[in-house]
Amino acid sequence: MSYPGDPLSSRWQQSIRISTEVGWYDLFSRGARDWLRHNEKVRESVEKSLPNLIAGPDVLSGPGGGTVLVPVRLAEHARFRLRDAESETGAGQGAGEPGQVLRPGQPQQGDDKGGEAGSGQGDLQFVLELKVEDVLDWLWEELKLPDLKPKQSARQDDEEFVREGWDKRGVRSRLDRRRTVKQAIRRRAIQTNPAPFTDDDLRFRQLKRRERPATNAAVIFAIDVSGSMGETERQLAKTFFFFALQGIRRQYAKVEVAFVAHSAEAWEFNETQFFQTSGTGGTVSSTVFKLSKDIIKQRFDPSQYNVYLFYASDGENLVDDRELATEALRDVCVGLNYGGFVEIRPAYGISPETELAGIFARMQRENLPLGMARVTGREDVWNALRQFFQEQQDRAEAA
Amino acid sequence: MMTLSQADMNERLQDYGKRIESLGKSLGLDYYPVDFELVPNNFMNEVAIYGLPIRMPHWSFGVRYIHQLIRQSMGHSRIFEVMFPGNPCHGYLVNSNTLAENTLVTAHVLGHADFAKNNHLFARFAEMSGTNIVEHAAAQAHRIEQAVKNYGQQRVEALLDAALALEPHVDLDQELHRPLYPTGPKPAEHGPRAGDDPFNDRFRHLPGEAGPAQASKERRSAPIPPRPESDLLWFIAHYGPELEDWERDVFLAVRHESFYFYPVFACNIMNEGWATYWHARLLREADFLPEDLYLDAVTCHSNVVRPFAGEQQAALAINPYHVGFSMWERIVEKQGMERARAIRRDEDDFGFIRNFLDAELAEKLGLFVYETQSDDGVKVIARDVNKVREAILAPKFNYGAPCIQVGEMKTDGTLVLVHDHTADGRGLDLERAARVLQYVHRAWRRPVMLQTIDSRGSPHELRSGTQ
Repeated sequence: MSYPGDPLSSRWQQSIRISTEVGWYDLFSRGARDWLRHNEKVRESVEKSLPNLIAGPDVLSGPGGGTVLVPVRLAEHARFRLRDAESETGAGQGAGEPGQVLRPGQPQQGDDKGGEAGSGQGDLQFVLELKVEDVLDWLWEELKLPDLKPKQSARQDDEEFVREGWDKRGVRSRLDRRRTVKQAIRRRAIQTNPAPFTDDDLRFRQLKRRERPATNAAVIFAIDVSGSMGETERQLAKTFFFFALQGIRRQYAKVEVAFVAHSAEAWEFNETQFFQTSGTGGTVSSTVFKLSKDIIKQRFDPSQYNVYLFYASDGENLVDDRELATEALRDVCVGLNYGGFVEIRPAYGISPETELAGIFARMQRENLPLGMARVTGREDVWNALRQFFQEQQDRAEAA
Repeated sequence: MMTLSQADMNERLQDYGKRIESLGKSLGLDYYPVDFELVPNNFMNEVAIYGLPIRMPHWSFGVRYIHQLIRQSMGHSRIFEVMFPGNPCHGYLVNSNTLAENTLVTAHVLGHADFAKNNHLFARFAEMSGTNIVEHAAAQAHRIEQAVKNYGQQRVEALLDAALALEPHVDLDQELHRPLYPTGPKPAEHGPRAGDDPFNDRFRHLPGEAGPAQASKERRSAPIPPRPESDLLWFIAHYGPELEDWERDVFLAVRHESFYFYPVFACNIMNEGWATYWHARLLREADFLPEDLYLDAVTCHSNVVRPFAGEQQAALAINPYHVGFSMWERIVEKQGMERARAIRRDEDDFGFIRNFLDAELAEKLGLFVYETQSDDGVKVIARDVNKVREAILAPKFNYGAPCIQVGEMKTDGTLVLVHDHTADGRGLDLERAARVLQYVHRAWRRPVMLQTIDSRGSPHELRSGTQ
C-alpha cells in the first residue's frame, strides 16, 4: 500500500471566499495512522494468546531465526446492535416476483450490509508475522520465567586468551601497526635526519592466558514411545521440549542436544527420527536413564557441561522395573543440573499417582535435583515450564 | 475527452462552476457560499470514512479505512464528492476525476447546499451545532491529540472506545446544549404553592395521611435520572461520578459531532435525490457546456442513478440517488416546483417516503422487500408499497441503533442501562453488548449493568467485569 501525495492538488474558490491554507492533507494520512494503531492493538492481543497460537513448532533445534505466521481477524469496535436474526428483511430494487429466489442458500455475509461501524466485515483476514525470538523474549517476560543458574560445582573454568599490553618482540601477526607508527613519529620528532622506521619502533600485542567460566550446556530429551503414547501426547511433549530448549538456549552460549526414546529398550535418535519413532511393547524406564547416563559419561562431562534432562512419559512403567529405574535415576542425577519429568496425560484428567510419578516423588524427597509436572493440555505446558524453571532456580540458590 | 493538465482543468472548472452557479441562482437555488477544494483521492476516502475532514484519531477509523481501500481497489466504491453544510459549506472534489465528472459534481453540491440551508431539520441542527463544524471538529481533534500527550494513548483510546461506541445514543429531541436535571427537593411539595390551592392544601392534610411529609424527607434529592434518559453520551459526560473534566469534554465532543451527522443520516434519500435532480437539471439547461463534456457528464449521471450494477438483475439495497431522484422528478412534474420546495423544507426521509413514494412509482422503480434466511437464500417476499416503505425506513429509526436508556444510577454509582426491547422486538447481540459495557465501564469506573429481554421473552442482565 502506498499513499502517494499529489503535488498538483489545488483549490479553487467560488463566490467571494479565497482560501490560502496549505494542502495539509498531502502531508500525512490519518487513515494510515489509525490503521497502524489498529495493527498495534491486534499485535498486543495476539501476544496475550500466543501460547495457544504457536502450534507444534518445527523449528525445534533450528538456529532460532524462524518466524511464525499467525492469522488474525480485524479488531472490531463493538456497538450496541440487534442480534442476528434467523431471517432478515430489507428493501431492494429490480426484477422478481414475490416468492422468487434471488440468491440460493448460504448467502455471503457482509457484501450487502457493510454499512455502519464495520459490521458484517468479518471475512477479511490478515496474517501477522512474528519472529520466534521475539515471541520467546516476550514469553519469558510475560511468564516471569527465571533464567537458568549454572550449577555451582560445575564451575570448572575454560581457558581463554585475552590481549593485554604490548612488547617490542613478537610474531608478525600480532604487530600493532598503529602503535608502531605512533612510536616512530615520536622518535622522528626528536631526531634530526631520522630513519622512517627502526626495529625499536615495533610494538606487538601481548596475549595472556585467562580462565573463563564454562557456559556450555547439554540437554537430553527423553520420551516414552510405547504404545500408550499417542499423537496428542507426543505433540504436547514436542511443544514442551521446544520451549524448554529455547529457555536453555537463552542462557547458555553453546547448547548440545541429545534425543533418546524408549519403550522396552532405549535408543538415541536424531531429531527428525525422534518424533517419528514409535515402539510397541512394555515400558521400561530404567533403560532410558541408563542410556542417558552413558551419554553423559561419553559426551557431556559434568565438569564441562551444565546438563539437563527432560523426560516425557504418560507415567506408566512396569512394576517389575521399579527397583532398577529408581537406581538408574539416582545414578543419572549425579551428573545433572536438573532433571524434569513431564507427565503427559491428556485423556485422564485427575488420576491417581502413576508409577513413575511415585519414583520421582521419592527421589525428590531425597533432595535430588528433580522436578515434575503434569501436562493435560497445551495450556499446561506453560505451567510446567514455569514450575521447572522456578524449581531449578530455587535449588541453585539453595545450593 | 482529452486529458487536461491540472491547471487547465482547474481553470475550466472554475469557469463552468461560476456559470452553473448563476444558472442555479436564476432557477431559484438558495444557499450559503460553497468553498470548493480539489483534493487527492486518498484524502477523499478519509473524509468519507471519518465523516469530517479532520477528526479525532481512533483505531476503528483505521479498520473502516482499510475496508474502503479494498472496496475501491475492487472497483466497488468510488467517492465523487463530499459536502459539509455550514456557512460557508465545504465541498470536496477529487482532482483525478475528469472535468465532466467534476462539473457534474459541482452542480450536485449546489443542490446539497440548497437543501442544507432550507430543510428544517438541517436548519435546526445547524443552529444548535454552529455553522463551522469543520473547524470545530478540527479543534476538538487537536485537543484530543493534546490529551494523548498529557494522559497517554491508552487512557484516551479507552475513553474514545466508549464514546464512539455510543455515538448514535443521543436524544435528538433535546437541545445540543441542554441544562442539567433540576436538583434539590421538588419545589411543588412545600413551596409557594402550599397556600394558594385550598383543595390541595386540605388534600395533603387529610386525617390519617401524614405520609407525604415524611416521604419527602427520605427522598430529599430527586432520583437521577428523573425519567429514563436516552442521551447516554450527555448523561455520562455530566453525571459520571469520577470523570475528569477533559474526559467529559471528549464525550461531549463525540455528542456534538453526532448531532451534526444526524440530518445527513435522516435525510439521505431526500437530500441525495434533490442534489441529483439539480445536477441533472442544471447540466441540461447549461447551454454553455461543450457537447462532448455534456455527453460525458450524462454518462456519469446515468451511472450514479442506476439501481444495480450492469450485469445484475436486482440489488439487495436501494440506491438513494435513483429513488430520490425519481421521486423528485415526479413531484416537480405533478405538483410543481413551489410544492417541491415546500416538501424539501418540511420533510425528512420518514415523511418523504411515507407521503410521496406511491404504489405506481414503487412499481416503476421495481422496489421490493426481500428476506434473507441463512439456509434458504434470499427471496423476494413483497412488492406492496406499504411494506416497501417500512423496509426502506426500518434501518433509520432511532439513528439506526437499538433503544438503550439510562434507567437508574444507584447510590453506589452503578449505571443501569435498559434496552427497550418493545421498540425493536428483537434481542440484543449480547456478546457485543457485553463489550460495549466494558468500554463504558472503563470510563464510568463504577459498575455498569444492562437489562434486556431477548426475542423469546427471557430477561438478561449483563454486568461489566463479568463476561
